[in-house]
Amino acid sequence: MSDAETPLPLDGWHRARGARMVAFAGYAMPIQYEGIIAEHLWTRASAGLFDVSHMGQFVVAGAEAEKGLESLLPADLTLLKDGRLRYSLLLNAEGGIIDDLMVTRRGEHFYVVVNGATKEGDIAHLEARLPRTGVVDHMKEAALLALQGPKAVDALARLVPGIEALGFMTGAAFEIEGARAWISRSGYTGEDGFEISILARDAGKVADLLAEQPEVKPIGLGARDSLRLEAGLPLYGHDLGHDTTPVEAGLVFALSKRRRAEGGFPGWHRIAQELADGPIRKRVGLAIEGRQPVREGAIVVDGEGNEVGKVTSGGFSPSLEAPIAMAYVPLASAEPGTRISLASRGKIFTGIVTPMPFVPHRYQRKGGPQ
Amino acid sequence: MSVYYTREHEWVRVEGDAATVGITDFAQGQLGDVVFVEVPEAGRQVTRGGEAAVVESVKAASDVYAPVSGTVTEGNQAVVDEPSLVNTDPEGEGWFFKLTLSDNDELSELMSAEQYKSYCEDL
Repeated sequence: MSDAETPLPLDGWHRARGARMVAFAGYAMPIQYEGIIAEHLWTRASAGLFDVSHMGQFVVAGAEAEKGLESLLPADLTLLKDGRLRYSLLLNAEGGIIDDLMVTRRGEHFYVVVNGATKEGDIAHLEARLPRTGVVDHMKEAALLALQGPKAVDALARLVPGIEALGFMTGAAFEIEGARAWISRSGYTGEDGFEISILARDAGKVADLLAEQPEVKPIGLGARDSLRLEAGLPLYGHDLGHDTTPVEAGLVFALSKRRRAEGGFPGWHRIAQELADGPIRKRVGLAIEGRQPVREGAIVVDGEGNEVGKVTSGGFSPSLEAPIAMAYVPLASAEPGTRISLASRGKIFTGIVTPMPFVPHRYQRKGGPQ
Repeated sequence: MSVYYTREHEWVRVEGDAATVGITDFAQGQLGDVVFVEVPEAGRQVTRGGEAAVVESVKAASDVYAPVSGTVTEGNQAVVDEPSLVNTDPEGEGWFFKLTLSDNDELSELMSAEQYKSYCEDL
């Protein structure tokens, strides 16, 4: 381990279970235990335990927290009820994405979860722009686990009776054998599941309790990436960045109705224009013909061989046993069924624009769509 | 019959001027689950250190280099059809291609099993 890689609270826990550790977002993180395909398929069939303690967790409090956050995000927080989560975006003045995040109204404050590699910048961005009354608590003492898969609810209900009643995209305070936990029904795999915020000092105990459940195996970052790719979920720094807008990225659902009409968030003018006229390019899913994966960085080319877009994520789908990818393509080529030419490793590949998710989501929604 | 190894984690098994090439157990362990293999066709000339085959895992793509120069006599269709053979039997059924050596002297530049073992331990 180099000095640049900070150990996370469960570092020893992962190593004791045979994880291969790699540098990620400045931390040493487990990339895999028994193998990416086995871990991926286990999560889709049963339940996987992910350590995502590298992610940034913080609380925004103060009298003007709601108004302050609304000046930076396109979400309508006035409609966000207590204990409810919303996916949102920190935007820059050009409508580009500084980060994607989950925001939860938790009583008098907002609990925010952001990406690990961008958390320092996000906090600085918020602290510089929130009203003077705004307080950002960095929650450096917190760890974050995710339990994902169709049997996650069975495993967790044994430790947290009543958890099965928690609805999709809601969160509440619980205890896991005496350890305080904030648990939400959410995740990044397309499966039913939970995200569990705990104190770092309780992380080993809670991870042990979860991993002891017969449905549960620890899962590394490798399968986390292949699961989210199948689920069509973008990864910040790859599929999203400062030069992509929510409209290009297909994240229009993150632009609340009132905010689209009223504006008052960074980049609104460009975003409103793209909503009216259509963006120049769009993020699409691609099914790659043949068996060879096409990776991030492959070039989308037109009939004359000119570069007209880029693959931003690509790999092998263990569930579909075929290569899949996400790419930005010109709007005219974004219709499902369109054949896209891709240049990679000195060869030309064909991708067929495919609706995402590649593998259907299986969220546990109560009372119909939300 | 002798087996030699490269710093790029290929093995080459030699009998007379006939050689079989694959990637080592260490290499497959580093790659993880192999999902795609491309092997050269019979008749292709390969030169030592030149690209000869492709192996891709869930996470990464790698080139397989020719450990020695020669003419390919057979690519292993079995690993093309079932890439996981590279994980389960890298130094047996998971071979990549066979070739006829053009210069046996090149073998002296390769590592023995013992040398390769200590090379991997130092990585």
